Amino acid sequence: MEKLIRKIGSKAIFIIRMAGHMFIFLVKSICYIFIPPFKLKLLLKQIHFIGNKSLLVIVLIGTFTGMVLALQLFYTLRKFGSEAMLGPAIALSLIRELGPVLTALTVTGRAGSAITAEIGIMRISEQIDALTAMALNPLRYLVVPNIVAALIAFPLLTAIFNVIGIFGGYLVGVELLGLSAGTYFSQMKQYLDIVDIEIGLYKSISFGLIVSWISCYKGYYTSYGAEGVSKSTTEAVVLSSVLILIWDYFIGAIYL
Amino acid sequence: MIEIINLYKSFSGQQVLNGLNLKIADKELIAIIGQSGGGKSVFLRHLIGLVKPDSGSIIIEGVDITRVSRKELDLIRQKFGVVFQGGALFDSITIYDNVAFPLREKLKLDESQIQQKVRELLEDVGLSGIEKKYPAEISGGMKKRVALARALVVEPKIVLFDEPTTGLDPILLRSIHHLIIDTHRKYSFTGIVISHDIPEIFEVVDRVAFLYKGRIAEIGTPEEIQNSSNPISRQFITGKLDDSIKIL
Repeated sequence: MEKLIRKIGSKAIFIIRMAGHMFIFLVKSICYIFIPPFKLKLLLKQIHFIGNKSLLVIVLIGTFTGMVLALQLFYTLRKFGSEAMLGPAIALSLIRELGPVLTALTVTGRAGSAITAEIGIMRISEQIDALTAMALNPLRYLVVPNIVAALIAFPLLTAIFNVIGIFGGYLVGVELLGLSAGTYFSQMKQYLDIVDIEIGLYKSISFGLIVSWISCYKGYYTSYGAEGVSKSTTEAVVLSSVLILIWDYFIGAIYL
Repeated sequence: MIEIINLYKSFSGQQVLNGLNLKIADKELIAIIGQSGGGKSVFLRHLIGLVKPDSGSIIIEGVDITRVSRKELDLIRQKFGVVFQGGALFDSITIYDNVAFPLREKLKLDESQIQQKVRELLEDVGLSGIEKKYPAEISGGMKKRVALARALVVEPKIVLFDEPTTGLDPILLRSIHHLIIDTHRKYSFTGIVISHDIPEIFEVVDRVAFLYKGRIAEIGTPEEIQNSSNPISRQFITGKLDDSIKIL
C-alpha cells in the first residue's frame, strides 16, 4: 500500500514539475517574441512550413468534412422538416467547433510532429549546443519563429477550412440533395453571428499556441538517440491533441 | 589563462568529475585523454557553460564562469570556438551559410566581408568549392573541417575540440591533426583537444592531461606521459587489458 502511495506521489510530483517547466519555457519564449533582434526570415520560413504546406491537406479535409456534415445533418433535419436549416447548421458547426479543432488536429499531425522531430534532431546532434556555444539564444532561433508562425497560420488555415467546408456542404446539400442555393446561404446569414466567428478565432489562436508550444518543448527537451526523438514526437502529437480538445471544451463552455 | 579548481559533477548519483584541477596557459595546445565515459566531454561542456558544476570554479581570463549571469557568460562564450564531435553543422543551411552564421549573427559584417572571410577559412581547411553543398552531402571528415572553419571564423581566443577525429580513417585522422597544428600556428588560439587517438595525438599537442576517475591523474609533455611510470597512465597508453584499470 505504502509503495503504491509512494508511486502515485512521485508520479504526481513529476507531472507538476514538468508542467511548471513547460510553463516557464512558454513564458520565456513569449518574452523573446517582443525582444529584438527579430528573426523575420525564420518567421516567414515557418509561416510557409506551417501554413502554406498544410494548405492542401486542409482543403481536402475541409471539403469532405463539409460534405459529410451536409449528408448527416440533411438526414437529421429532414426528420423534423427543417431542411432549410442545413446552411446555418453546417456553418455554425464548422465555424464554432469543427473548423478550429480539425484544423488544429491536422496541423498537429503534419507540422507539429515535424517541428518536434526537427528540433529533437538538432538537440541530439548538438546543433542547439552549437548555438548556445556561439552565445546565441536557441529559443530565439528555434521556438519563437514557430510560435509566432503558428499564431498567424492557424487562424488563416481555420478560415480556409471553414470556407471550403461550407462549399463542401453546398455541393452535397444544393447540388446533390436539391436544396436551393438561396435557402442555403440566406439562412446562414440570418443565424450566424459575429460572436460565432470570434469564438472560432479565439480557439484557432489558442490552438496555434498550444501546438507550437508543446511541439517545440518536446523537441527541445528530447532524450538522446533516435528512440528519444521518436518518443518526443509521439508525446508532442498526443499531448497537443488532448490539450486541444480539453481547451476546446473550456472555451466552448465559457462562450455558450 | 584557464584555471579549473576542484570541479565536481555527478549525474543521477554517479560521480563524473571528482575534484578536477587543471591550469591551461594562453596559446597552449593541450590534449585531454582518458577512458570512454570518463567525463572528458562533460568537462569540455563545463568550459562553455553548457553544464553547471555541482561545485568548484572555472576561471577564464580572471572570470569565474560558474558565478556569472547569463549575459556575462555569453560575453565569455564569444571568446570560444567549439568543434563538436559530429560537427554540429546546421542541416538546413549550406556549408557557406554554416561558416558565415556566426559572422552574420554576432559580428554584423557586410556580405562582401563575410564572403571573403568564409572563402579564406574554407581554403585554410582545404575545402574550397563546396560552399553551395548541404551538410548531408559531404563526408564525416569534411564536416569536421567545416566545423573547424566555423569555429575559427570569429577568431576565438580558445578553441575546444571534442573528439575531432572520431570515426575517421587513419589518413583523415592525420589530416585533421595537421589541420589543428596549422590553424593553431596561424590563429594562435588556446586549444583543448579531447582525444582517444593514442599515440597520434602526442605529435600534435604541447601537453597531455590524463583524466581518470574524474580527476587529472597525470599531466605533462607528450614525452613525459609516454615515459610515465604511473601504472594507470601506462596501461591506458599501451591499451593492456589485465592491469590497474578494470574494464570488465
